Amino acid sequence: MDFVISIVEQGLIYGILALGVYITYKILDFPDLTVDGSFPLGGAVTAFLLTRGISSYLSLLAAFLAGALAGICTGLIHVKCRVRDLLSGIIMMTALWSINLYIAGTANVPLFSQETIFKNGMLEKIFPERLQGYSTLLIILVLTLISKFLLDAYLQTKSGYLLRAVGDNAALVISLAKEQGNVKIIGLALANGLVSLAGSIFCQEERVFEISMGTGAIVIGLASVIIGTSIFRKLTLLKATSAVVVGSVIYKACVAVALKNFEPQAMKLITSVLFLVILVVSVERRKKVKTDAGA
Amino acid sequence: MLELRNIYKYYNPGTVNEMCLFRDFNLRVEEGEFVSVVGSNGSGKTSMLNIICGSIPVESGQVFIGNKDITREKEHRRNERIGRVYQNPAVGTCPTMTILENMSLADNKGKIYGFRRGTNKTRISYYRELLAQLKLGLEDKLEAKVGSLSGGQRQAMALVMSTMTPIEFLILDEHTAALDPKTAELIMELTDSIVKEKNLTAIMVTHNLRYAMESGNRLLMMHQGEVILDKKGAEKSGMTVENVLGLFNEISIECGN
Repeated sequence: MDFVISIVEQGLIYGILALGVYITYKILDFPDLTVDGSFPLGGAVTAFLLTRGISSYLSLLAAFLAGALAGICTGLIHVKCRVRDLLSGIIMMTALWSINLYIAGTANVPLFSQETIFKNGMLEKIFPERLQGYSTLLIILVLTLISKFLLDAYLQTKSGYLLRAVGDNAALVISLAKEQGNVKIIGLALANGLVSLAGSIFCQEERVFEISMGTGAIVIGLASVIIGTSIFRKLTLLKATSAVVVGSVIYKACVAVALKNFEPQAMKLITSVLFLVILVVSVERRKKVKTDAGA
Repeated sequence: MLELRNIYKYYNPGTVNEMCLFRDFNLRVEEGEFVSVVGSNGSGKTSMLNIICGSIPVESGQVFIGNKDITREKEHRRNERIGRVYQNPAVGTCPTMTILENMSLADNKGKIYGFRRGTNKTRISYYRELLAQLKLGLEDKLEAKVGSLSGGQRQAMALVMSTMTPIEFLILDEHTAALDPKTAELIMELTDSIVKEKNLTAIMVTHNLRYAMESGNRLLMMHQGEVILDKKGAEKSGMTVENVLGLFNEISIECGN
């Protein structure tokens, strides 16, 4: 049972990251590698604030804003300096490694004695005794659902419409007398804000900040998005954002099951093989490569 | 009034493939004119539209709207007063968004795209009305994704979307070329009525000589970056498809085709 709960917890946290990747990869059609740096950025900001006794809830907001700032930088590099999308992300990802070290102070910050969103005086009063074991799961679930519904709501605003249009057909955005670069920057800010928020929650749940916690985050995000959107493509009732979160839980479950049967060293190998399998199985991806190759 | 003054445009400047398209090109389009532009491939028709809209830069020369020099103005800024329909029906609409969402997007042109609801419910009946004019049944499929529509349906939507908000100029870049004859006919009728109703200044590039003769009140023929025929009003009405075709053959012979 604990095994399942921990999978769902992890899956939901990475679900928020996957929502961010969904914005860049699916909506903007922008392969954004900033994610590998903005995920630990959320952790670093959280470690910085918690060790100075600042409220853990405030750290969620701060992490989101820091991530958004990182996204804006990637956007500016791409739009204003005319660097290719993939390279803009790599530049920011690399820079963020050092920035995260500066913020956190060291490569490893334990947060065992600090109050977090999962363990503080207020929570112990709210949750009845017998639900204590599930409180972490419930809090993560609530945070993930809030992120999802806020994103859904945003995508239904005028600004959200424009964001969806820019990835779909940039020429139309220009026809609507709007600068497409600015719309992209907004999208990247939002996406990396969510990723960084996930990093903050992850770090509070694990009670430690690790500089290397972001390595491979983009792969997890992409895999979740692709699993979610290709499995649930036929179900129109389920929104893409929900599908992406479920995809993240499925992905975490696959990795957890695989790891049970292999040594820990095999983790990254399993991750990459699993990702390859997902890519090969998902028809949609193949179609995209074909049209890209054709063009 | 729209004016191109002393335009110079080179392709691949500074290379062995350097090609001069426009050498001191001038064109003045008065308010309310509907200009049909014909000409062989590579004569500079689409380049001229791109220069007007700011999609490509010029080496020298000026573009004026009214008395204002807009040569340095970015493409998206110019589009505040210009509506454009492209040859490819896919360019004018968003395929993954619904018809209603596309209409809402277009309806907001010139305003702020902020955090208000994307679709204004009170406008839906107006969108239905606009779509009903197309006689394609789109008004009953507001929730359908535009990507699932045919090219003709999408082009009709693109035309409606680009002329929904107040604009001064309508730029049509072979907008019927990718359509079957019947749909092309429908789109042309629609174009004529929209231009008349909204009193737009329009420039239409077409390869269909009949459309060029029937629509508009001015006819331009372009060849190798120059206007070789320019007929307005009564002079244009006097021309026939045969006249124009004859001229076409003459320039083709000159080129050795």
